[in-house]
Amino acid sequence: MAEEIKTTCLHDNHVALGALMTPFAGFDMPIQYKGIVEEHNAVRTNVGVFDVSHMGEVAVTGPEAEKFVNYIFTNDIKDAEIGKVFYGMMLYPDGGTVDDLLVYKMGENDFFLVINAANIDKDVAWINEQAANFNVKVENQSDYYAQLAVQGPESENTIKNVLDLDGSDLTFYTVKKVQYDGETIILSRTGYTGEDGFEIYASHKAIVKMWNLLMDAGVQPCGLGCRDTLRFEVGLPLYGDELTAEISPIMATLGMFVKLDKEGGFIGRDACAQQKAEGSAKKLVGLELHDKAIPRHGYEVLQGDNVVGYVTTGYRGISVDKSLAFALVDRAAGTLGNELSVRIRKKVFPATVVKKRFYTTSYKK
Amino acid sequence: MSKIIDGLYYSESHEYVKVDGEFGYIGITDYAQHELGNVVYVDMPEVDDEVAAGEEFGAVESVKAASDLLSPVSGTVVEVNEALEDEPGLINKDAFENWIIKVELSDKSELDGLMDAAAYKAMIGE
Repeated sequence: MAEEIKTTCLHDNHVALGALMTPFAGFDMPIQYKGIVEEHNAVRTNVGVFDVSHMGEVAVTGPEAEKFVNYIFTNDIKDAEIGKVFYGMMLYPDGGTVDDLLVYKMGENDFFLVINAANIDKDVAWINEQAANFNVKVENQSDYYAQLAVQGPESENTIKNVLDLDGSDLTFYTVKKVQYDGETIILSRTGYTGEDGFEIYASHKAIVKMWNLLMDAGVQPCGLGCRDTLRFEVGLPLYGDELTAEISPIMATLGMFVKLDKEGGFIGRDACAQQKAEGSAKKLVGLELHDKAIPRHGYEVLQGDNVVGYVTTGYRGISVDKSLAFALVDRAAGTLGNELSVRIRKKVFPATVVKKRFYTTSYKK
Repeated sequence: MSKIIDGLYYSESHEYVKVDGEFGYIGITDYAQHELGNVVYVDMPEVDDEVAAGEEFGAVESVKAASDLLSPVSGTVVEVNEALEDEPGLINKDAFENWIIKVELSDKSELDGLMDAAAYKAMIGE
């Protein structure tokens, strides 16, 4: 596919900062500025800002918006308070994952869906297809909205002091509309790092202004490199690695976001219920290697001499000084404490099945 | 601007050989460490292992990815830099000081096929 690579409204800013740029999900995105380790640590210990304008946004409104979103989404949004944010998935009927996403309840029958950049076209087509029998309006707003993620223990103070945005009344996974520079923007206490933090959705003009203010204030710009190490350490999945059209949320052990018993059901419900009842053939687990060698995406996982699965994501942890991986393995091999091994180049390294959350989150409840 | 040292031999895959009599110290160049970013693991062979010119003998890994190490020369590994096992980031501090393996060269004429500092400098465009 020779599609033209897209850029965010901050592309020139990244280049001017000397960022290492790489294509990701169809966008030319910054992987790192100073270095992944330094940016990662800024978010864990202080604050960092990410340009995540590549993410997609879809508004679903209309008399049946709540009923419809609940039908295509695994979590249960029925009768939720305005301002609540939900994490969950859209599924195919066989339980495979279309995408994982956030659903923001902006008002009664007024929902804002945040989807992965790589899946925007696929998701919008999917949502429209399912919407045929519902009285709803689906609007892809991805081109309008740019997005910043301000993440880290100092994020609340940073958005207050630098951007004059008050997030103190937001608890984790809540959202509000606020006025900024003459426009209505969306501010949520959400993120993908395991730290306290905020995500800001606004026009390109407002996002560029905020980015420049944050840079002038000395806030560390952070690339997608550390976004991946941060999310990995706290056990968060990445669509394409831990969730795919072949990997259901039950297989990915994300069943807590799949409300099998909610009213009206949802697409993929029966497949998930069956997987839960019978035990899915494959299961996503955490692996801790005893050695310093680093497991990478696609490496084989073995039990004895038998291949029982593969690594979906692996790193030498930054906040945790261990070689760690998520791996999709045969259910029987995935018991906590089980001794498996990972093939890394010519050698095989022992690894223990552990919980996927390698580092403890610090959210503001 | 990367550091390049005169008198060393350089490969197209950014390894260097520093020759000392019958021995060669092999590592990655300053340019390579800069391109890689934070080095977090170095996969090294063992003493007495044979390495062959152009063949993989290990890997150097940044946070993001693993890059194969290709030996610029053939020979027998007589020493590995054990300091890198505990502190792989030494390569980022000084890639030329922190060689990866020391090899007893089996064919010194292989050095003729490598680049000198000026040619390597031209290749990386500096």
